[in-house]
Amino acid sequence: MSDKILMKGNEALAEAAIRAGCRCFFGYPITPQTQLPEYMAKKMPKIGGTFLQSESEIAAINMVLGASAAGVRAMTSSSSPGISLKAEGISYLAGSDLPAVIVNIQRGGPGLGGIQPSQADYWQATRGLAHGDFRVLSLAPAGIQEAVDLMGTAFDLADKYRMPVMILGDGIIGQMMEPVRLPDPVTELPEKPWAAKGTRGARKHNILNSLYIQPEELERVVRERYERYAEVEKNEVRVETWLAEDADIIVTAYGSTARICRNAIRAARADGIKVGMVRPITLWPFPSAAYAEAAAHAKGFLDVEMSMGQMIDDVRLAIGCSRPVRFFGRTGGVVPTPAEIRAEIDALCKEVL
Amino acid sequence: MSVVFKKPDALCDVTMHYCPGCTHGIVHRLVAEVIDELGICGKTVGVAPVGCAVFAYNYFECDMIEAAHGRAPAVATGVKRANPANVVFTYQGDGDLAAIGTAETVHAATRGENITVIFINNTIYGMTSGQMAPTSLPGQVTTTSPYGRDPKLAGYPIRVCEMLATLSGTAYCERVSVDCVKNVIQAKKAIKKAFENQIAGKGFSLVEVLSTCPSNWGLTPIEALERLRRDMIPYYPLGVYCDRDAFAEVEAK
Amino acid sequence: MKEFNILIAGSGGQGVQTIGKLMTEIGMEHGFEVSFIPSYGPEMRGGTSNCGVNISTEPIASPLVVTPTQLVALNLPSLDKFETSVVPGGSVIYDTDLIGRAPARTDVTYYGIPFTTLAEQLGVKANMLVSGKLLAVTGFCDPDGAESTIRALTAKRPAFFEPNMKALRAGFAL
Repeated sequence: MSDKILMKGNEALAEAAIRAGCRCFFGYPITPQTQLPEYMAKKMPKIGGTFLQSESEIAAINMVLGASAAGVRAMTSSSSPGISLKAEGISYLAGSDLPAVIVNIQRGGPGLGGIQPSQADYWQATRGLAHGDFRVLSLAPAGIQEAVDLMGTAFDLADKYRMPVMILGDGIIGQMMEPVRLPDPVTELPEKPWAAKGTRGARKHNILNSLYIQPEELERVVRERYERYAEVEKNEVRVETWLAEDADIIVTAYGSTARICRNAIRAARADGIKVGMVRPITLWPFPSAAYAEAAAHAKGFLDVEMSMGQMIDDVRLAIGCSRPVRFFGRTGGVVPTPAEIRAEIDALCKEVL
Repeated sequence: MSVVFKKPDALCDVTMHYCPGCTHGIVHRLVAEVIDELGICGKTVGVAPVGCAVFAYNYFECDMIEAAHGRAPAVATGVKRANPANVVFTYQGDGDLAAIGTAETVHAATRGENITVIFINNTIYGMTSGQMAPTSLPGQVTTTSPYGRDPKLAGYPIRVCEMLATLSGTAYCERVSVDCVKNVIQAKKAIKKAFENQIAGKGFSLVEVLSTCPSNWGLTPIEALERLRRDMIPYYPLGVYCDRDAFAEVEAK
Repeated sequence: MKEFNILIAGSGGQGVQTIGKLMTEIGMEHGFEVSFIPSYGPEMRGGTSNCGVNISTEPIASPLVVTPTQLVALNLPSLDKFETSVVPGGSVIYDTDLIGRAPARTDVTYYGIPFTTLAEQLGVKANMLVSGKLLAVTGFCDPDGAESTIRALTAKRPAFFEPNMKALRAGFAL
């Protein structure tokens, strides 16, 4: 008997969150992530947690803010258009130094877009999520086991750095089923002396706030927050490299797209082309060093995304534009095939080898 | 020597930023007195809005959270669901509660969210200096209704208590005023009841307080109180619009 | 390395997803690396339904099944749409009760079987017959080996265990 169970990505993320100590979930239905709130709706009442279907994505993220301010591990999930609505609340979470986990199971955009897998929210997740100077730590799983493992990481990092953490998946991650080994439920959670759960007359009141009317004070608070972000950049970079040591060509992709690239890389290797892969697991902080290292011997990079090209900016910055970076993307919910990627590898070889 | 008047313990010993003649100070005091009388300061969490009361987190001794504009009922929902033993209140103005946050207000009410909402209705946006509010009266001149609010262009004011009383989750809503001593006393009774309801688990309780904004109305404090009595109370009649246990029927079954 | 990339397609309600999940569960039970990916969205309601299953001795790279080694087609649109995508040397299992036309390729092996009629005669579910045939064609497991998986999947409704096993064995023998 296998010690693994077969789980759909959305459901595995939900179960992993519960095991990571999440006790408050607020969300709103949207394809292709709806099984996540559905799982929470079934499970939370049985463990004394809260599942609440909110009136909107905006309300959901603000409920998360409230629960997080109250010291409880809280989470919401959605898909692209819903994340845009949550943007306001995520800025307030960042500005109030509150932890939270937000799952984005991306679909095609802009606007209502489509419902098939996409990675067109990379810029949103890593840069322009909402107004103000702030960062969100973004994690991009490429499979269901990794999604489960990163969920625990997400809650831990959110608490450690008191900041929102995003798990950036896509329709493939949300919908596919893979065997997973679930972690044991966490038994000890960090103390949160800053939480608003009543003074009990034993301390001065806690205030969770993002308003600083004096510019100098706001600047000081933001700068302090950026010192914490520097720590995140120093300590929390996660990246996978594969067959990269001797590679002439580096294929780079994140999330489920990286899985598809593996097929193409295997095929190219079988034909004697030295191809390797750099796969960011944290999108912010971006694993720039791994790219710089690869650029020392690689002659060209192929960036593959389910978008019109967003991560490619970070790849170019990471290598200081020292090597050609070719781009291949499909968008709108169209998923690239291994054969297409293989053809791009060949084209890049012609260009740089 | 006996103390006959003092600052409630639940109010911080700080200078408030409110304009002269503004009634926010009175309502803050009433909320603080109720918290003191119920002995709940140590387990109360307040949620401040965006609006003139944005700095309310500096004025109450209990734990405080500052919410985004209109989102206070959602934030309060999160707090209350996370720790149901806490007493959670929001303190919101008319723009916050009845314009940008209408959905959050209506849905917190219809869920019977067991929280207390203090709603300041002064028919104007104070913090941004005098724009039209969802509760501005027909004909009322504001900086964004310079020719007077024309219902054909800008629609009609929202009567919040009347609207929320139609929802089964609303346990209690009452409209009060703080224009005179008698009404201030009634306002405190209402606020106390709204907190007691929460402690008893009755559901969503809201107290709408008709208030003045002398600065943005362009009136003296005395004139402002006169306007409240003359123009506002006829349009927004005082009284109890709903008083029940929102879940009594469900529990009986 | 042994690898099966199975594409199962038909109409909503034919139990296409069930076949896929069952294969995935059995594969996992027998120590293979597996993945399952459904089509999703409005297609679920009525129209076509399909899913991809990977069963391999190596970690699964792409979970998508673009060029199947085995295609199961349970209606004509599915055969029309996916027949050309099967890898040369691959196989196609299809229901001759529901698909009137003849196979179009010579470089794949076809198993045309009247699953619908047979299921009626045997009083079992057609999708379990198909599952049995799929086990036979791939050969990664036989019905005896699938018993514990079927038992686990019918744990809540034990009365379904025997009919399902019966259908699986019958399909395997076709």
